Amino acid sequence: MSDKPKIGIYWCSSCGGCEEAIVDLNETLLDVVAAVDIVFWPVAMDFKYEDVENLEDGELLASFINGAIRLSEQEEIAKLLRRKSQLVFAFGSCAIMGGIPGLANMTNREEVFTRVYKEMESNDNPENTVPQTEILVDGKYNLKLPEFFNSVYPLDQIIPVDYYIPGCAPSPDTIKDAFTAILEGKLPEKGTVLSPNKSMCDTCPRKETKPDKVEIEKFTRPHQYDKLDDGKCFLEAGIICMGPATRGGCGERCINANMPCRGCYGPSNNVKDQGLRMLSVLASIIKSDKEEEIAEVLATLPDLIGPLYMYGLPSSILFHKRIE
Amino acid sequence: MTETGFEPKIVAFVCNWCSYVGADIAGSMKLKYTPNVNLIRVMCSGRVDPEFIMEAFRGGADGVMVLGCHPGDCHYIEGNYNTLKRYSMLKPLLDQFNIEQDRLYLDWVSASEGEKFARVMDEMNDRITQLGPLNWDKVIDTRQGGEV
Ligand code: SF4
Ligand code: SF4
Ligand code: FES
Repeated sequence: MSDKPKIGIYWCSSCGGCEEAIVDLNETLLDVVAAVDIVFWPVAMDFKYEDVENLEDGELLASFINGAIRLSEQEEIAKLLRRKSQLVFAFGSCAIMGGIPGLANMTNREEVFTRVYKEMESNDNPENTVPQTEILVDGKYNLKLPEFFNSVYPLDQIIPVDYYIPGCAPSPDTIKDAFTAILEGKLPEKGTVLSPNKSMCDTCPRKETKPDKVEIEKFTRPHQYDKLDDGKCFLEAGIICMGPATRGGCGERCINANMPCRGCYGPSNNVKDQGLRMLSVLASIIKSDKEEEIAEVLATLPDLIGPLYMYGLPSSILFHKRIE
Repeated sequence: MTETGFEPKIVAFVCNWCSYVGADIAGSMKLKYTPNVNLIRVMCSGRVDPEFIMEAFRGGADGVMVLGCHPGDCHYIEGNYNTLKRYSMLKPLLDQFNIEQDRLYLDWVSASEGEKFARVMDEMNDRITQLGPLNWDKVIDTRQGGEV
């Protein structure tokens, strides 16, 4: 075996986009592969959990874990990788904040199983079988499945995380900068999110058009608006753009494609709850001081969880909907 | 103690310039009102970040109050208008988290309204007693869940 530093890459509850983002590094990926040994990457290469168990504790320089934690298997592997790694990187919005799978914290296991296994129109499940963690087949084969938790967790609610690589998925530059910092030994202090600590609005190409005081009389959704490409700040048109509550560094990808930011880079350092920060911003731009008029404006915004917590429900202060 | 034995835990963010003085007046008038409300003095109701309110619920509060100066009287001119707008938006958000809207209460209490201060405290206490405990700790500890 070479004496190059070893790394591991693992996925939990995610869509595969983070893995794709690594592959999309193109030539940079070749540089990375030349500099390190990838000893665990189930999506791309054939490894077994045993291979990781057989490593010394701390033998991996770094693990990159994407996806949120929803299954006991994911928790186990995250803990195993934590033991075997000097550094753990939460990779992507789901690992950092719960991500889009985290919207499942509006429901729970019982509701998910009932819908998916018992009620779904396309089901053929007359006995209403739902997944069990253990089942004896033919009286002799004891089969096990991971446990499906009631909630979706960000990685750092399960294991200590050293660094965060934000984005859904992280942009090639964000990933490249992180790898460079690791390989050149230039990592900042632990706990850092590896993207500039400023808001999206600071670097937004539409910033100049944002008036000092935005005032709106109704909220508009992107599909209801035919001037998305007019180069003007989205908020002014009453379109929710998460820019004010979101960390910069993605290269303003959505805005450059004429769509508002949905917040995938998460909040900047001083913000604890991205959704609540955005709520404050949105409340302040409503053009009225009267209770009834405010209510009329808010009636144009029937759902708050979706826009405010598209990526961050499990890392919000309340974490989960109350279900009795 | 109520019949059910439930004593609500209520947090009230109280503006220094009006409602907090109102509380003082209520005290010097020797008005009796519920001891279940913990007052937190803030410089303006507009200083009450929605994060404070959600932290209170998460930390075990059964109800949260925000008391500020009457519209037009805010020491910082528009602080309380901003409070009203955030509050109007927090209510439907609480709804989505399945927290009864009545657990959050906003009102204006001036420096001379000692009686109103005592009254809104008692009314809030009654509402929350009716609603029962919120117990967010239990919501968060969902890990094991029930059988399906
Ligand atoms: S709100 Fe959105 S469009 Fe407006 S300046 Fe900020 S990031 Fe740009
Ligand atoms: S603009 Fe916003 S949602 Fe789009 S990639 Fe950047 S941070 Fe993510
Ligand atoms: S100073 Fe009292 S509400 Fe602003």
